[in-house]
Amino acid sequence: MAADLALTTTSKPFSLVMSRIQAARRLPLIPMILLGLVVVSGIFANLIAPHDPVDGDLRSRTLPPVWGGARTAEKLVVEVPQSGQLLYQVSLEEAREQDPNVQLGDTILMESGSGTRAGGSFKYVLGTDQLGRDILSRIIYGARISLIVAAVTLGVGGGIGIIIGLLSGYYGGWVDELLMRLVDIILAVPLILVALVLVVAVGQSFEMIIAVLALWIWPRFARMVRGEVLQLKNLDYVALARVAGASTPRILFIHLFPGTINTVIVVATLQVGIVILVEATLSFLGAGVPPPDPAWGSMVADGRNHLVDAWWVATMPGVAILLTVMSLNLFGDWLRDKLDPKLRQIE
Amino acid sequence: MQRFLVRRFLITIVTLFAVSIIIFAMARVSGDPRTMMLGEFFTQEQYDLIGQKLGLDKSYVEQYWIFIKDLARGDFGHSIKEGRPAGDVIWERFLSTFELGGAAFLFSVIVGLPLGILSAIRRGGVLDNFSKIVALIGQSAPNFWLGFMLIVIFAIRLEWVPPSGRHDWNSIILPAITLGWFFVAANMRLVRSAMLDVLDSEYIKLAKAKGVPGYSLVWKHAFRNAIIPPLTFAGVTLGNLVAGSITTELVFAWPGLGLLAINATLGSDYPVLQGVVIIFTLLYVGAALLVDVLYAYIDPRIRYA
Repeated sequence: MAADLALTTTSKPFSLVMSRIQAARRLPLIPMILLGLVVVSGIFANLIAPHDPVDGDLRSRTLPPVWGGARTAEKLVVEVPQSGQLLYQVSLEEAREQDPNVQLGDTILMESGSGTRAGGSFKYVLGTDQLGRDILSRIIYGARISLIVAAVTLGVGGGIGIIIGLLSGYYGGWVDELLMRLVDIILAVPLILVALVLVVAVGQSFEMIIAVLALWIWPRFARMVRGEVLQLKNLDYVALARVAGASTPRILFIHLFPGTINTVIVVATLQVGIVILVEATLSFLGAGVPPPDPAWGSMVADGRNHLVDAWWVATMPGVAILLTVMSLNLFGDWLRDKLDPKLRQIE
Repeated sequence: MQRFLVRRFLITIVTLFAVSIIIFAMARVSGDPRTMMLGEFFTQEQYDLIGQKLGLDKSYVEQYWIFIKDLARGDFGHSIKEGRPAGDVIWERFLSTFELGGAAFLFSVIVGLPLGILSAIRRGGVLDNFSKIVALIGQSAPNFWLGFMLIVIFAIRLEWVPPSGRHDWNSIILPAITLGWFFVAANMRLVRSAMLDVLDSEYIKLAKAKGVPGYSLVWKHAFRNAIIPPLTFAGVTLGNLVAGSITTELVFAWPGLGLLAINATLGSDYPVLQGVVIIFTLLYVGAALLVDVLYAYIDPRIRYA
């Protein structure tokens, strides 16, 4: 009996602690910290970034990240190196700069010149690209670009989508049919090709990428909001508002829109990740944010010719995209469960 | 059911018609092929002559009518750059993209389904957590970057497979993984949640109470019902695979439709560009139609018309 009692008294605080831990675990702490980091570096890029994101130091091209080692090369000391043999031969003059005692015909372990590379340093924590630009600084400024693109796209595309969704759901009938067919049509067009064509025809610009992304994103908002409105509009309070003489815009924005806000927030959070991914894809293809602005996608593209000798140029900005979008997905999933359990289709 | 099918079919036709106008307009704004062909110095006569040859001197309405008429016959016109039927150019590339898409689809099913099922059975286990990470990466990483990472690790460092091109049988491995990873994630999540739902249902509990052994419970009773959502999703996958192939083909220099479309855009090759966009759109719209019909067939509640 006494043993039983002891068991229950000790197990109670224990289960309480466990449930606390579980509740804390459910809060997506790491994603929230990462997202905070992205937002802060986006806003304060000019204060945080250690180097200029656009002007590079050509003497420090493709330096490895801080943990990367130097690369030396064994070369034969000759009078005049043959052209095309710079990887294997070095002139006496150049070799003597490093070791004054070297003679013609010796082999020397060179630490500078063709085929060699200095090691990583804290000056360039994530290394430099082929133009000697600091990758970390470019990633920090890239966060600003991603944030601006995402915010403006969501503002424009989300706004249009919400209005169309409200109208479509509220009026129903042929208005609904027309607008929803428009949604189908836009979703059926291969967006990336359209963007490429527009860029070739009109030229690359910030407005262009926003227009393309907004065009692409509004149908998704419209569909979700329409679905919500279809359920809300038959509720008594909407009918009462109509009887009381509320105008249609008033019913749409004061009575119906607030009911869709939870859905809109969840859709927006999950779509931000996709917008960042699509923007990166377009920038990668050369149809996104115009150079030399450091968009993450075009930074990956910069590194594609250096995969063999400088893997970090393509890798680092991709890690930034991966972590940001991953955090947004995790945070969005959590938000969906919190705000709108009925939206929860996939665990 | 019949009314639903007719309605759905009509909607598809309207969508295709609207898309055809968009494509037609798109190709017209992508640049003037006459200046592309003539180079820097040419006379007005040469310019007009080429215009006549290509039918660019006619009004836009006439040009659109010719475009639709040719399309109906399966004729995409002549490639401006290669000087032969655009249909031939596209067809050669189509097989290559089809191969890549098929391999990616196979990869997503072969990896996605078992991972989904196993993680549903052993919920919260090591495998469940592992597959959650696989899914998260697949849905969060840009596929061109995944492609580069695979190239660095498996082609440059380990030298197991070639880094690009379409030569030996093993050159398809990396592009297929790159393109298929996203759909591995999607398939896995769908199967997992469907499986969890089914395993929780009354009839499985009854089967368990009756003493049906675990193996047969999972594969004979639960799996058959859990396969429906991913099966219908396969249609959507097919449509999206085609779009995703653009970046993948660029990363791996895979000579398919995506690469063709990029080159056609840069070279202002109207007919080829039109053809590729039409094929992409047809595949997407066709897949969507197939999914809806399949859904209506499987689940009577969907036949709302």
